[in-house]
Amino acid sequence: MAEHKSISKEESYSFDRSAIDYIRNAAAHGLYEIRGMGAKRKLPSFDDLVFLGASNSRYPLEGYREKCSTKTILGTRFAKKPIELEIPITIAGMSFGSLSANVKEALGRAATEVGTSTTTGDGGMTQEERQSSKTLVYQCLPSRYGFNPDDLRKADAIEVVIGQGAKPGGGGMLLGQKVSPRVAGMRTLPEGIDQRSACRHPDWTGPDDLAIKITELREITDWEKPIYVKVGATRTFNDVKLAVHSGADVVVVDGMQGGTAATQTCFIEHIGIPTLAAVKQAVAALEDLDMKGKVQLIVSGGIRTGADVAKALAMGADAVSIGQGVLIALGCNGETYYQNGEHHDASADYAALGTCAGFCHHCHTGKCPVGITTQDEILEQRLTPEVGAKHLKNYLKTLNMELTTIARACGKQNVHHLEREDLVALTIEAAAMAGLPLAGTNWIPGM
Amino acid sequence: MGSVTFDLEQTPVREINHFIHKDADIGDKIAITNAGGAHSIACGCDKELEIIIDGHAGYYAGGMNKDAEITISGSAGTGVGENMMSGKIHVKGFASNGAGASAHGGLLVINGDAGLRCGISLKGGDIVVGGSVGSFSGFMAQAGRMVICGNAADALGDSLYEAIIYLRGEVKSLGADAQFEPMTDDDYAVVAELLSQAGEDFKKFDPKEFKRIASSKSLYHWNSDANQEY
Repeated sequence: MAEHKSISKEESYSFDRSAIDYIRNAAAHGLYEIRGMGAKRKLPSFDDLVFLGASNSRYPLEGYREKCSTKTILGTRFAKKPIELEIPITIAGMSFGSLSANVKEALGRAATEVGTSTTTGDGGMTQEERQSSKTLVYQCLPSRYGFNPDDLRKADAIEVVIGQGAKPGGGGMLLGQKVSPRVAGMRTLPEGIDQRSACRHPDWTGPDDLAIKITELREITDWEKPIYVKVGATRTFNDVKLAVHSGADVVVVDGMQGGTAATQTCFIEHIGIPTLAAVKQAVAALEDLDMKGKVQLIVSGGIRTGADVAKALAMGADAVSIGQGVLIALGCNGETYYQNGEHHDASADYAALGTCAGFCHHCHTGKCPVGITTQDEILEQRLTPEVGAKHLKNYLKTLNMELTTIARACGKQNVHHLEREDLVALTIEAAAMAGLPLAGTNWIPGM
Repeated sequence: MGSVTFDLEQTPVREINHFIHKDADIGDKIAITNAGGAHSIACGCDKELEIIIDGHAGYYAGGMNKDAEITISGSAGTGVGENMMSGKIHVKGFASNGAGASAHGGLLVINGDAGLRCGISLKGGDIVVGGSVGSFSGFMAQAGRMVICGNAADALGDSLYEAIIYLRGEVKSLGADAQFEPMTDDDYAVVAELLSQAGEDFKKFDPKEFKRIASSKSLYHWNSDANQEY
């Protein structure tokens, strides 16, 4: 029997408490909300897919004994020195500025220990992350903050960023409280200003130009380094094809669940498409060009678990990239932080931001209660590189173990052998977006 | 120190750039003939070299230059001297879009006109243009100086940070947050110095004819009452 609702307390679907709260805030401040993290709305996702494990028609591998390779090679198309990783799980580009130097170092340490790559972000490369990261991807962003040929040559790969899932079509924002003297110096900007990043590159305007730009980057680095092109997921089929035509070795597709340090909420929640839909379109584009396996595909945006990784690979990705999950492994949204050998309650600091652990998205304020998304000298001490690296290493190892567990259950000796045929969808929406049959049927909506 | 000549009709850009990066010694003089609009000529130089490009260069000539002195006898395509760190690039003809984009240092001299977005995202480099510049020149320029001896099209200096633009001719319109400011003795000295560094062709210009354009800094911090009308 349906739950009884008093007509005097019936909540409107159109004007529910969230909508009322939004309107009241807009009326009070005359300014849209800027926040961190990615889309919070419920979206069709990898959770809506399940694997068809081995049974009578497939032969499984022994889960705890038989080997299952996770080796991943990226950038085999043109680069003299492709990237060789131990696992297909990489760390997404996040800037020093949005993150503290301690965090950047922690990312590098953990990635190096598990054999994967880290990525710089807007604002350039820090010494800490280069020293701690065995494999470092250097982003070439529209702002070109801190971008220079010396760091370009120090990098192991180059990622030309056209957009990101949280804000495809938009530039970055680093509010003044995070533009510390060091951040300002690296970006050639006055300290403490609200820093805007351009949404378009300064020296090229379309895919034909991009092809020439990529050639220039190859020339400067003597054709040694793989060049990635990263796009926020929108018109993914066309964007991936154009990236390939422009000469990318690797295409990175970031879905709308992908995070940000500071962007308008209306942007985060209403521009872009879910990662699940983007993967299908990206793979279709590579197949259409007969470039599957020649140009590698990295998928990001809302990847949390080893099952998510396995599903992305089964749909056709060569690797995944994780940002938000990585920060949560470091302690983001934790109730406590660990400092000087003991845990400390962070609830008062969350309360000062008007939130609490588990709900915080106040990366833009620079007042991160657990010392991750901050440039504050006191707060950043709440996350040391050693402790952060230990937790992140554990997280990445866990994901990799889950990934191989699933791959073995599907009878694969190599995680890259997972395939679409191993998957079915639990909802009609997911089946349509992913182009997979609804579980228990042969029906793929729209096919 | 030695001299070497490459003919781009005989030798591909890759081979020339490889020589510049790996084999050339500090002080070497390198002549590149029959440029023919090839892209990425002499990009990624990282030592004191004297490079003369005979003819027209395509996109990104001298891109990310460090220390080298590069002369282009003809015109240059998009992004000449982009992200230059130091050294000097002299274009004797015209330059296309995005000339000197994001340059952190060094001096870019263009005898003729420059296209759209000249000096966009400038980060400390200096640019001297003998002719006029296209729309959105100096867009979001953060540091460095631009001397424009001709006119400027729409939206000059839009969203400027700390870079300073000196304009001799007329401007069709200033961009958001850009404003004219009085010239000081220091400004006249800067213009005189940059014109001098630009070479003989620029001695005819009188620093007293230039006007100063800088940021009014009203966009440095968010202002919800601005109604997005800057």
